[in-house]
Parts: sequence; C-alpha cells; structure tokens
Amino acid sequence: MWKLIARNLLTAPVTEPPPPVSREALVELAAQVDKAARARLGRSLSIRQIDAGSCNGCELEIHALNNPFYDIERFGIRFVASPRHADVLLVTGPVTANMAEALQRTYAATPDPKWVVATGDCALDGGLFAGSYAVVGGVSAVVPVDLHIRGCPPSPTQLLSGLLALLEHVERGGVPR
Amino acid sequence: MAAPALGEWIQNLPGTNWEAVPAHRPVPRHVFDAAAWNDLIAMLAVADWELFGLWGDDDTIHVAVRDPGDGLLVVLSHPCPDKSFQSLGHVRPGAIRLERAAADLHALISFDGPDRRPWLDHGRWERSRLFASAPYPFLPVDGDGVHQIPVGPVHAGIIEPGHFRFHCNGETVVRLEVRLGYVHKGVETLMAGQPAFDAVKLAGRISGDSTVAYALAFSRAVEAASGAAVPARAVELRALMAELERLANHFGDVGAIANDAAFALLHAECGRLRELILRAAERCFGHRLMMDRIVPGGVAVDLDTGGADALAELVDELAVRLRHVVDIYNAKPSLLDRTTNTGIISAELVQRFAAGGFVGRAASRDFDARKQPGYPPYDALAFEVPVRRYGDVHSRVTIRVEEIDQSLGLVRQLLERLAGPAARTELRATLPAGSGEGLALVEGFRGDVLAWVRLGGDARVIRAHLRDPSWFQWPLIEAAIEGNIVADFPLCNKSVNGSYSGHDL
Ligand code: SF4
Repeated sequence: MWKLIARNLLTAPVTEPPPPVSREALVELAAQVDKAARARLGRSLSIRQIDAGSCNGCELEIHALNNPFYDIERFGIRFVASPRHADVLLVTGPVTANMAEALQRTYAATPDPKWVVATGDCALDGGLFAGSYAVVGGVSAVVPVDLHIRGCPPSPTQLLSGLLALLEHVERGGVPR
Repeated sequence: MAAPALGEWIQNLPGTNWEAVPAHRPVPRHVFDAAAWNDLIAMLAVADWELFGLWGDDDTIHVAVRDPGDGLLVVLSHPCPDKSFQSLGHVRPGAIRLERAAADLHALISFDGPDRRPWLDHGRWERSRLFASAPYPFLPVDGDGVHQIPVGPVHAGIIEPGHFRFHCNGETVVRLEVRLGYVHKGVETLMAGQPAFDAVKLAGRISGDSTVAYALAFSRAVEAASGAAVPARAVELRALMAELERLANHFGDVGAIANDAAFALLHAECGRLRELILRAAERCFGHRLMMDRIVPGGVAVDLDTGGADALAELVDELAVRLRHVVDIYNAKPSLLDRTTNTGIISAELVQRFAAGGFVGRAASRDFDARKQPGYPPYDALAFEVPVRRYGDVHSRVTIRVEEIDQSLGLVRQLLERLAGPAARTELRATLPAGSGEGLALVEGFRGDVLAWVRLGGDARVIRAHLRDPSWFQWPLIEAAIEGNIVADFPLCNKSVNGSYSGHDL
C-alpha cells in the first residue's frame, strides 16, 4: 500500500482540469437572481441522485464523477444520502409508473431552494422507452425540471460541465424556476 | 433412483404427450402437454437438471432446462389455454419469481405456486391486475424485540431503486425480504413488432452495465433464428468488447466493495483503472460503454491499428496494477476481516437456484456460458474458469480478481488474432429473410444472460425474452444476509451486485 501511495505522491495527479462550463446549460437555467439563496448555499452544492427508472448506464457515469480523473468534490459538489440534505436532485431514467410516486415524494422531501437536473436522454422524454405502458415519460412529466443534460449516457465530462453551469448559476444567486 | 439424462428422458416420453418444434435453433424446443408437464415436475424433484429460464408468451409458458451432466439445454413449452399451469416453484425455487412475473405480464397463473403475490406489477399500470394495488404483504416476523427497517426504493447511494425490508433483532438480521419491480419499463412489449435492428438498442439498455452482453445475446438469438453467419472478424471484435466490459465492471466493483468496507484507497485506484478502460473503449469503439456497437449480423465499428496498440498498452498496465491491488487487499487484515466469513451463499443454494456468474463460481458451481454451451470465438481461445468453494464476500472478490486475470489474457489473444493486414473485411452479414426462433446464452460480467427470440420473415421481432442472471442471484442475497449484522448489508449486496433494471425489465 505504501508503495502505491508513494508512487501516487511522486507522479503528477491524474485529476484533470475542469471542462468548460456548459453554455447551453447556462441558457436553460433561468437568469433570475436571489442573493439570499446565494448566502445560504455559498460555493457548494449537495446532490441527491434518484434513479427513476434508468437502465443503470447513467448511474455508472455519475459514479465516475467521483473517480480521481474528475474528482467532483473539488468543486464543492458532493453527493448526499438524503433528500433532506440536498440542493439538487439529479434524476435519471424514463420515469416508470412504479417510481413516479417515489420521485414525487423525494422531491417533496427536499427543502427549498432546490433544482432538478434531468440526466440522460431517457430523462428528457422517456427516450427509447417512451410510449410503454409502464413508463410515465420524462422527468418533467412528474416534477419541474431546471436543467437537462443530454447523452445516453452523458459522459462524466458532459455531466460535469452541466453541473458546473448550475454551480455558476447558483453562485450568481440564480433561483429555481 | 438415479435420474436419466434429460435428453433420454424426453425421448422416452409417450409420443402423444409431446412434440418437437421445427425451426428453433440452436437448441431444441418441445411442446409438452399437461401430462408431460406433470412428469417434468416429478422428474425435477429427483434429477439435478437446472432451471435456466421461465417466461410467458400469450397462452404458453416456456421453460429452459439444462442437464448439467451432458450440458443439454432445451426449451419446453406448455400451452395453457385456460391461462393456468402447474408451478415449478416447489421443485425449483428459482422459478417462483419468474412465475410471478409471468402472471403479472401475461396473466399466466401458476395455480399451485408457493408464492402468488404480484411481483413486477405494483398496481400502477393501466393493465395492472386488480389486487396488485393493495399494500404489498411482506412476510411477517414475530418475536420479542424484533423490529423492522424499511429501506428504499430510493436509496442512500447512487444506485438503482428497490425495497429492502429488514427484520432485525438488535444488530442481527433475522429476515430480509427484497421487493423489486420499481424500474420495470415494459421492454419486451416495446420490442414486439420492432425490426431486429431497432430492438437490439432496447436489448442493450436492459441493464446498462451489461450492454455489450445483452446486445450480443440478443443478436446471437436473432442470428440463430434467421440462420445468419457472422463474419469472423466481427466475432472477434464482439468478444473483445465483451471482455473489456467484464474488466471495467470487475475493477469497478472490487473498488466499490472496498469502499463499502470504508477502504478508500482501493476504491480510488480501481475507479481509476475502470476509467482507463472506458476511455480506451471510447477511443477504439466510439462509446465508453460500447452501447449499440454490436448489431444482429455483426458489429457496427472496426478496430484500427492505433486502437489495437492502445489496448495492448492498456492490458500491460492493468496487469501490473492488478498485482498492486491484490497485494494491498491481501495485506489489510481490517479489510479481510470485513469480507471473510461475511455473506455466505452456500454451494447448495447456488446449485438449487442455478445461480450463475461469480456468485455461483464462488460456491462450487463450475458454469461459464463461454465454455458451456460455449460460443465462438471462445472455443479457439485459451482461458480458465476460476472456481472457489466457500461462497463468502471474500470468495466472490477473489473470483472476480482471478477473472480479471483471465480476461486480460483473452484480450491479448484477441488482439493477436485481430492484428494482421488491415484488409477491408466485412463486419456485418445481412440477415437472411427466414423466420424462426432462436436462443442464446452469453456470459456477461454478472453471469449468463439468456435471450430468446421469435422472428418474423421480415426480420421483425414477434416476441423476445431476455433473462438477466440476477433473477437467480437476488433471492440468494436474502439468505446471504441472514445472521449477519445490518451494517454488513452494503458489503454483501455489493459483492453480489444484482441488476435491478435487468431483473425488472
Ligand atoms: S439515457 Fe441511456 S444510459 Fe441513461 S438510462 Fe436511458 S438508456 Fe440508460
């Protein structure tokens, strides 16, 4: 173990510079400003991830945000275990009929101000699963959505630039719609 | 009484009770009447034949049964025009949840099933059965000081949804009951009527972590049904992708297991190695998870020489780093203390459920679909199937590490075979217009994925069924945790790593 630690200390870190902040995302996020929210949140965001019916591909790439290459916590963004601690709900999947109520309840359990980020092509409109008897639709069919991150699944870089845009928006005192 | 071989037993059944179905490839399918079905159940009580799948289809219930003696796999179909059939659940517990799913999705009822509660149907679909919306009756537990801990469907981590109902006495788990179905997306219904080329995209999204295995299983079933011959280079590229997927998942999960025992260093190291594999996949095949790269008839992308060189380098680095990971793991008594003797799944249970993948192989079940029934190109490649006996978390970790080793060897061999003059060879055969039925068994990282397809003449899917290895692994997690402490559940669960989406369909 010490060998590995020593080698990692002696070589340059693998962590990469952040990707550019997504311009599209900045446009999608409303430009309304609320200084009180800024004071409350400071320079950090707590994310609660909710799989509302995903194929688990999106989850794999969200997980990757924690690996040493992306190291998302250096931006003050971290994943939390309860919606009660969350500012952001990161929702994946077409929302299945069997998960719609759980998603609604998790949304209700999240304190204001809160943002919902619909992640992956399925979360946009149900993706390839749209039209199934067991699928309600995209995330916005169940809870209000502030930002969409496209991709099947979105790569960690795409996720990161979307989330950094959200962070910038929040830093400027942006409020959810 | 010594049970006869499965094939021999079928041949000796009275000819009036069964008949062979033509154009089902590559394994036979037989139609069984009620008498033959009853005989089958009686035989399953004494023979060691394994249940590999059970699915509904209009008015017919199908089972895939395998004789571990000679490896014969057959599909037995029992027409039930009155929508009811005699359950296999009493003799093969692995059938119970599959029968509940057949009742939910096809209204085919096992009239004497040991458990007839709804399973995938939570009473929230238009087509839901009436009683499915009643509160789910969890099995009761009585006793002094027994308390319940309900967990899910929304969990604390970045994982898929499912509900775990723990009954505990102090710290000790007395009973765990799992309820699944939350991510049921109706995939099989969506597939019906689609051209095989569209349906394969859905197949590759049944369980995203096994997208290669699923696309391969589905494509192989389609090719079997239509009689298509896949070009040799495509066969090798498919195996290359499948091994990369196995490597990425094994590395990721070994790290995640260490993380659940609060050992962050291995998590970081394994997460890094997984990322290197995904980046190589992106470089070589244009998608980090290699989604939509395998299609019926062949593959959608070729590997260029630059990509092959990058993979060769990657494999060398992974081999070195794997040794470090193993050394660290073995030198940490505090970590070994968490994994050793934890979450034991006995050989007997594994056998009874025909649990595949590292769950089975960690407890003596020596089965790997790449060897048996086997499929190209693995018959021409040298590799071993590691098997352990004890069935605890440690054994499952060890198996996965040993499988990484084997996969690295397979990637090396495949790269060698794929090298050579970069002639523009064909990568995708056109599907012949023939209709038919096909079955395929493919070894994903988690275990054997079974795909069954009925194809119309225009290469359209009439009916498809895909059975995730998790069907036979999820029930075992309930046994694994019994008598363990609640705090060890994440570790046990991660060491099995069932797929929710793959199971829920
Ligand atoms: S967007 Fe793609 S990866 Fe994400 S849940 Fe949907 S199918 Fe899976």
